[in-house]
Amino acid sequence: MQPFELIAVNSIPDAVAAQAKSPTAQQGAAIRFIAGGTNLVDYMKLNVETPRQLIDINGLALNTVELAPDGGLKIGALATNSEVAHDERVKQRFPVLSQAILSGASTQLRNMATTAGNVLQKTRCVYYRDTAYGCNKRQPGSGCSAMGGHNRMLAILGTSDKCIASNPSDQNVALAALEATLHVTGSKGERAVPISQFFLLPGGTPERETVLEPGDLITHVTIPAIPAGAKSLYLKLRDRASYEFALASAAIVLKQTGGHIDYARVALGGVGTIPWRSPEAERALQGKAPTAENFRAAAEAALSHARPQSQNGFKVELAKRCLTHALTQAAQA
Amino acid sequence: MAQEQEHTLEEVHESKVFGVATPRIDGPVKTTGVAMYTSDHHFPGLVHAWPTTATIASGTVQTIDTAAAEKMPGVLAVYTHENLGELYRVPPGAGLSLMLDERRPPLEDTTIRYYGQYVAVAVAETMEQARAAAEAVKVTYAKAAHNTADQLLESPNRERKPKEQPKTGENASGLNEAKEVTKRGDIAAALHAATIKHDAVYSIPAETHNPIELHASVAVYEGGKFTLYETSQAVVNHRDVMAAMLGVPPDRVQVITRYLGSGFGGKLWPWPHAGLAAACARNLKRPVKLVVSRGMMFESVGHRPAIDQRIELAADPSGKFTAIHQDYANHTSIQDDYDEGCGEATGILYSCPNVLVTSSMVRRNVGSPTSMRGPGAVPGLYALESAVDELAIKLKMDPVQLRLMNEPKVDETDGKPFSSRHFQECLTVGAEKFGWGKRNAAVGSMKNAAGEVLGWGVAGALWGAMKTDAEATVELRSDGTARVASGSQDVGTGTYTVVAQMVAHETGVPVQKVEVVLGDSSLPPGPISGGSWATASMVPAVLEASRKAAKSVLTVAIKADGSPFKGKKQEELELVNGMVCLKGKTGPTLSTAEVLKLGRIRSVNGNGKSRGTLGDPNSKFSFHSYGAQFAEVTWQPEIARLRVSRVVTIIDAGRMLNPKTARNQIEGAVVMGVGMAMLEATEYDQRTGQPVNNSLADYLVAVNADCPQIDVTFLDYPDFNLNPLGARGVGEIGLAGVAAAITNAVHHATGVRVRRLPVRIEDLLVSGQEGHRLA
Repeated sequence: MQPFELIAVNSIPDAVAAQAKSPTAQQGAAIRFIAGGTNLVDYMKLNVETPRQLIDINGLALNTVELAPDGGLKIGALATNSEVAHDERVKQRFPVLSQAILSGASTQLRNMATTAGNVLQKTRCVYYRDTAYGCNKRQPGSGCSAMGGHNRMLAILGTSDKCIASNPSDQNVALAALEATLHVTGSKGERAVPISQFFLLPGGTPERETVLEPGDLITHVTIPAIPAGAKSLYLKLRDRASYEFALASAAIVLKQTGGHIDYARVALGGVGTIPWRSPEAERALQGKAPTAENFRAAAEAALSHARPQSQNGFKVELAKRCLTHALTQAAQA
Repeated sequence: MAQEQEHTLEEVHESKVFGVATPRIDGPVKTTGVAMYTSDHHFPGLVHAWPTTATIASGTVQTIDTAAAEKMPGVLAVYTHENLGELYRVPPGAGLSLMLDERRPPLEDTTIRYYGQYVAVAVAETMEQARAAAEAVKVTYAKAAHNTADQLLESPNRERKPKEQPKTGENASGLNEAKEVTKRGDIAAALHAATIKHDAVYSIPAETHNPIELHASVAVYEGGKFTLYETSQAVVNHRDVMAAMLGVPPDRVQVITRYLGSGFGGKLWPWPHAGLAAACARNLKRPVKLVVSRGMMFESVGHRPAIDQRIELAADPSGKFTAIHQDYANHTSIQDDYDEGCGEATGILYSCPNVLVTSSMVRRNVGSPTSMRGPGAVPGLYALESAVDELAIKLKMDPVQLRLMNEPKVDETDGKPFSSRHFQECLTVGAEKFGWGKRNAAVGSMKNAAGEVLGWGVAGALWGAMKTDAEATVELRSDGTARVASGSQDVGTGTYTVVAQMVAHETGVPVQKVEVVLGDSSLPPGPISGGSWATASMVPAVLEASRKAAKSVLTVAIKADGSPFKGKKQEELELVNGMVCLKGKTGPTLSTAEVLKLGRIRSVNGNGKSRGTLGDPNSKFSFHSYGAQFAEVTWQPEIARLRVSRVVTIIDAGRMLNPKTARNQIEGAVVMGVGMAMLEATEYDQRTGQPVNNSLADYLVAVNADCPQIDVTFLDYPDFNLNPLGARGVGEIGLAGVAAAITNAVHHATGVRVRRLPVRIEDLLVSGQEGHRLA
């Protein structure tokens, strides 16, 4: 671990000003915010992240969960995963979000990890983690060691010839299906970024994972109300029953009227380089009857562009079963 | 000798102490954090060491630049092969002496033979400073070709070691060498003649022990003496190895392991980090702490090797086995010869006239393998018991029945009678408890109330029972307490408690008042905590020592002024439940403490010795533990989710001295078996030779949510031929057979026969799909 300086800030402007001095807010940032630290500190110990300064933002009053008058939700960036997942309003109105968060990590980690920290969670690719290997995300231009290596856990959607790292977050999959908006305060003021525009595909620059610029601080996340009568749920498939990242997961918001699906939001986890919203599946479901055939067709559509690697070809079929089953459950709920 | 001594100790049938579920006497110090694990030890002036590890798997170190590292804050020294100081090779030992699996001392030369091999070590005031310095050491290499591939039986470079004769302890060079590789009958002719035959290869990947407590050494060098706090399952061996490596007499080395956060065999023998820590302490004259990181624990502290086993199994139409041929290959390191010994159970578990087990090794650029819980038998039984299941299907026979009908009358490897074998009872009791009679053998035919497909599988279990030489001393004190000491150790399994029980039974001092001292090589040499031998080995020594101490109390009673027994003969007195009285319990009684107080004596001592049976050519019996494992899995094909839901395990492992800690061992082993069957695999990146899933997030072991419902039954038949308590051991037997029971259940549920562990989702996706034939 590189030596670093830890400073604490008490206001959003101070936080923004402090981090704005970093040349980047992406991989290799010289200055980073720290909240729960469950991800960042691990990577600092491994010299994957080497900030010279950490800005402790835990003093900022950003940890509330509020219900908006329209039935939507406003979650402070520092609300812990446990606080959000166990919030009665979240459990009742947005079960998919509570289920997704509780399916990840462990109680101890969820007690420390924050909402915005989870949004920015780094990939678990073993080559990203190990500085003895080339990794285009960690060190641009050094090559991708995962291709042809240990890639069983990695992405089959949204990959590029530079990077196949999967986004490991469960929370983000739910946020994608819920069409969340990330509220950011930066050097030029506040802005709202829909989650669909927040994450960047790796393309030729896998080191750039989000639209965040130096000084940008996620202050809260908002979620619009889901339509009355819609069901939401999260299904996660993995090797062991707990404390493991997804091989495939699905977040679903589904509403039927008169035997036809008139609202479907679908996102996949464990298979994408970013939290993977699937407009293909949503289009395939729109107006259709909730039948096994239609659900399977939606799953086929969602995975139609999958590009498996040497060890993760099974994820194509697994993700299809995951999505089909999640839709079936949502339809029966 | 062994037999002679046994006869001096009577068989113990009745006891108020044994068979009672007794909580661990070390529980409170562990749960309150008082217990000092190895890396908890701290001393004034202590400094920290962190190794630099090779990032190639084969080749030569060309340059090591330590200049930058040496100038870093807090750094005291950076050592390489050039300046660490002499560490000697350890001479070959006899039996279980001078055991270590990686025989090359650390930093001996510049040749790299596996990824993660130590190439330097940095020492600094804090662990963080040492780690930063170790990472700043710049090493350049000349790379050579390496091989970490797992195709072993197909390798053209198999080194065959067909050990057709059982070796004795005196001739054996190691733990695995002592195991028998069987040959009887005419295997070629029997296989040729067979009409019902099964032939398949079963593979397991390298498995990494991953005890929660990291390996660690805290080395103190003072006045020419090394005091080494180690994570060791065998402190006496560790002392002898370190003395040889450091080039000093054994009396200049003391090894201490008060508590272990488990070891699973990975901590049986010393590993290179211990040499590094001791050498650094010697150089710097300051206490040195070296804690091996989780990542390094995948490289240089052993693992169960990758193993391929081909099993050819034949039977006549009635199901009677006619031939068993097991040919296996395990990987080993470039320099060390590790034989997993997969044939241990093969010639014993079933009656069969024609048996051949052949072993071989294939060299890979990996750290040395080592014993992992149930070495040999556990992977061997995965293969054998899978093959038996496959043959049962071919025979259209129930797999429990097939096992029952192949029961041998004697140990057919050597013709010796079984000392205590109840394998058939394990199967029948297990079948009853599990509800096996309701099994429909058709694949995928059974469902639970939730509509999930059920799979039911069974497998047999076997593990050798032995005892080794052991010594103990027992002290009875005037305050009513006792102390027992032996240079054994408690891996976390309950040795402290069961030894206290032995003293309590023999002397009447309550378990809670017995102080047990283990884990120190300066104590009378005790058994290793391995092989499931520790308890059985301690029994005669501790009972004898207790009895001698008790006799001394009687001597005091007849001599002390004011004693009501003064002037009596010792033979007229006896000690019953801690009370001295006249034989026949007439007249006055005095407690041990009262007697000693009358004599103004603080304490009396006794010592005892056990003689081992390990490799004893005069042994009259075949000593083994047996078991039957019944597993249920649930299968949800729509999401390819398979979980182990229920395990019924029946254990025939002698008398259970402490059913509570014994049950704990078996339950833990079953959970480990779930990991072995479903999760565990060390993944080598073939391009670099590195185990890349080297963290607890990426190397999956079973977590609480994976634990099935576990029902453990002990048959509890004492094995008095082994020791006067009839106790064997339960460290290993619980894991034997579990993986096969689970994969057999997986086949019953899904129709997929997985012959390469672990069973993974990708293996099962084909279940029920078009083109997949349900067997």
